[in-house]
Amino acid sequence: MSALAAILIRDLRALWRVGGGALVGALFFLAVMVLVPFALGPDLALLRRIGPAVLWLGALLASLLALDRLFADDAADGSLDLILMGRAPLELVVLAKAAAHWLATGLPLVIVSPLLALMLDMEPAAMAATALTLAVGTPALTFIGVIGAALSVALRRGGLLLPVLVIPLAIPVLIFGVAAAAGAPSFGAPFTILCALTLFSAVLGPFAAAATLRHGLE
Amino acid sequence: MMRLMATGLACERGGRPVFSGLDLAVDGGQALAVVGPNGAGKTSLLRVLAGLLPAAAGRVSLAGGEPEASLPEQTHYLGHQDALKPALTVKENLAFWTAYLGGAGGAADGPLASVGLSALAETPAAYLSAGQRRRLSLARLLAVRRPVWLLDEPTAALDAAAQAMLGGLMRTHLAGGGIMVAATHGPLPVEGTELRLGGAPS
Repeated sequence: MSALAAILIRDLRALWRVGGGALVGALFFLAVMVLVPFALGPDLALLRRIGPAVLWLGALLASLLALDRLFADDAADGSLDLILMGRAPLELVVLAKAAAHWLATGLPLVIVSPLLALMLDMEPAAMAATALTLAVGTPALTFIGVIGAALSVALRRGGLLLPVLVIPLAIPVLIFGVAAAAGAPSFGAPFTILCALTLFSAVLGPFAAAATLRHGLE
Repeated sequence: MMRLMATGLACERGGRPVFSGLDLAVDGGQALAVVGPNGAGKTSLLRVLAGLLPAAAGRVSLAGGEPEASLPEQTHYLGHQDALKPALTVKENLAFWTAYLGGAGGAADGPLASVGLSALAETPAAYLSAGQRRRLSLARLLAVRRPVWLLDEPTAALDAAAQAMLGGLMRTHLAGGGIMVAATHGPLPVEGTELRLGGAPS
């Protein structure tokens, strides 16, 4: 298991030090949320009502931003060859890489979301509910995203395909995430389904991505 | 005694045959130099042996290795790329590969000293020269013991002193019963048999 811990720590260090992955996503999220009130005008009731949906939309797009580097960097510098020659099961390696990616890029979005909710004049309860659904739901976006990231490595010049491939798969997460945030404080069925989507994608994503990486050997 | 064997090996890239009907056998303690013009398939052969490229025909096997581990898991592959993360320091890069590839953990200092990078241990890999990056890749081969070395142009970017150092590492590896297959344009620093791949089909 130390091999997986090594992957996790290396990816976290690389993402944080370069400053690219982690902060670019959070800044993009901030930019979208700053622009929304300007686009919609100072109708506080409207902003408050659509706040959870806008936060979820921004978080979804922000988490797509850094995804294409997930395997592309390792493929470009030759690390992927050596990773494939290791003894750790590739599915678990993908899971470790996805976990590192979420910690570096997804978690900052969850943490800043209450601050950005202030700009949308959201109630404290709605803020907390949205942050909670983001914390539960954004890992699903990462786990679905690893499939697209692996495909974009296997198919050369697949980087452009990534959003096209991932967004349709992310739609259920968006629907149930927004529904769960809007249904606060009694979360009910949408929140349960959101949790199920995250758990389901945590299993499916690494297996699909590992199969794609193996098949894409050339 | 270990023995790396390939029989009837064929490889295709992009629908074009690179080589076919290739047989080779390397015993423990032996080195095989793969030579041939550009495009002859030297890198493809090494990648097929490493399990990184599917063979169109034929098979590769290792006799006398660890029964539980597959051939790629007992093999070091040193490709054209150095597999280093520029944001991590020299020591962190080596420690990562040591931990990931299942080395005895911790002691990065010994291998770094062997390749002459001790003074740069805390420097980010982004600031290394091409030769220093190559030396750091070689340190990986020392940090984790694997019996089969597949080296693609191992002397590329190395200065005379580093080539002599590499020769010493190779001799130690072979003396310990290791197997080495190296694609090369120049002479290898150690004695070995030669496998010549034909000219590239036009």
